[in-house]
Amino acid sequence: MYVVTFGILVLLMVTAIMVARMRNLWAAVMATGIFSFLGACWMMLLDAPDVSFTEAAVGAGISTVLMLGTLALVGKQEIACKVKLIPLLTVTFTGLALVYGTLDMPMYGDANAPIHVYPSPGYVEKSMREMHGLPNVVTSVLASYRGFDTLGETMVVFTAGIGALLILMCDPKSTQKIEAAPSSQSGLKMRDFLIIRVVAKMLIPFIIMFGLYVQFHGDYGPGGGFQAGVIIASAFILYGLVFGLDATQRVAPKSVIEKLLALGLMIYAGTGFLTLALGGQFLDYNLLEHHWMTEHHVPSGQHLGIFMVEMGVGITVTAVMITIYYAFAGRRPAV
Amino acid sequence: MNTVQFFGLFNYWVVIFLMMVGFYMIIARHNFIKKVIGVNIFQIAVILMYITMGKIHGGTAPIVKSEIAQHFAHHESHEDDSHEHTSSDGSKAEEHPFVDTTVYSHPLPSVLMLTAIVVGVGTTAVALSLIVRIREDYGTIEEDEALAMDRAQS
Repeated sequence: MYVVTFGILVLLMVTAIMVARMRNLWAAVMATGIFSFLGACWMMLLDAPDVSFTEAAVGAGISTVLMLGTLALVGKQEIACKVKLIPLLTVTFTGLALVYGTLDMPMYGDANAPIHVYPSPGYVEKSMREMHGLPNVVTSVLASYRGFDTLGETMVVFTAGIGALLILMCDPKSTQKIEAAPSSQSGLKMRDFLIIRVVAKMLIPFIIMFGLYVQFHGDYGPGGGFQAGVIIASAFILYGLVFGLDATQRVAPKSVIEKLLALGLMIYAGTGFLTLALGGQFLDYNLLEHHWMTEHHVPSGQHLGIFMVEMGVGITVTAVMITIYYAFAGRRPAV
Repeated sequence: MNTVQFFGLFNYWVVIFLMMVGFYMIIARHNFIKKVIGVNIFQIAVILMYITMGKIHGGTAPIVKSEIAQHFAHHESHEDDSHEHTSSDGSKAEEHPFVDTTVYSHPLPSVLMLTAIVVGVGTTAVALSLIVRIREDYGTIEEDEALAMDRAQS
């Protein structure tokens, strides 16, 4: 196991240096995707499949697409500059200070490290009892114990989507430019390549299917609303990259996506207000307990609450990612 | 410096190295895209640091086996409404309460970092859209050129 880990770590460091040294921004962005993917591999070895999953979908997938979309608008070459001494020294000294600090840190994988002993060692057991056997403890902590925190995170994602939309909202100047310039600048478009077109069409249903599996299976295995949202959005983005923005907007109209953006957050917060109305505390899912649940094989109110909340997260994240993609793809390159 | 210490702390050193590469890109590069990439690398390094702290030797991912999870689900739901079921299929389990001997890595860092990644892509998107606007107004994505234009105007 150590051999695999060391291999990944060496590759991580090499890729990081490569990214820092590259002048061609296209190449740097692609190498950043590789870096993210290697990071996801290491997270997998560190027993964090949920995070690894998210990093692979977000870091290596959506981030790369967004950066490439930006490069298409701003140009790809960085002006060469020399290695500068003062930043290099600053970085070296900060690094050395941090390395000195690690000498007091608990050892890697040590079962007696403070994090495993305090505040309580039995997270999994406690969650099993209180969540009525929800297998994925990460999901139970994310959606139930720290439900309010996750509501805040969803709100941040929502705000980021709105922010990107506001910054890149079409101004009259650029709409004129769109009318002036024909949409196809180069002769060949993605849709002219037979293999890309056919493979993309074949892949998209499976990507969406997988996204739905991750969404609704998130409490039984790794996954959940955040990952599922990104995966489903990536299916739409793939469609947009191959068949063009107009075709995608016919499938998923802007007005619908903008409403879904708010709907997901409303489902999440609405679950909280529902439990308030039932006489409990905000997001206390135990109050959702109802007698029909045993007939429909829902083990407890906690399961239902986590299901609803994850659905809200999934809808919002999907809508935000698609909105951001629309905002970037809808702009024409500046002259 | 002995081998035990090296194998116990190497994860932090790798993380610090990655962090410093990101930091260098933020402070030394003038290109805005490169700066955003630097922020991303820094962020992944921080996330990795949290995740390595949750790791435990011989542990596994904090997802409980379905047999054990099933036991908890049935045990709880049948307890309040009927005792017939408990006596028919859960009686053995009642006598010997389930003991899960698996060692699980810590779930909490995973939870915190999972949301951090998604928020990270949100902030990246906002940063990139700002870069697009800067390019449209200034005609450049190099920080020093944009600053020089600002100074020339004032």
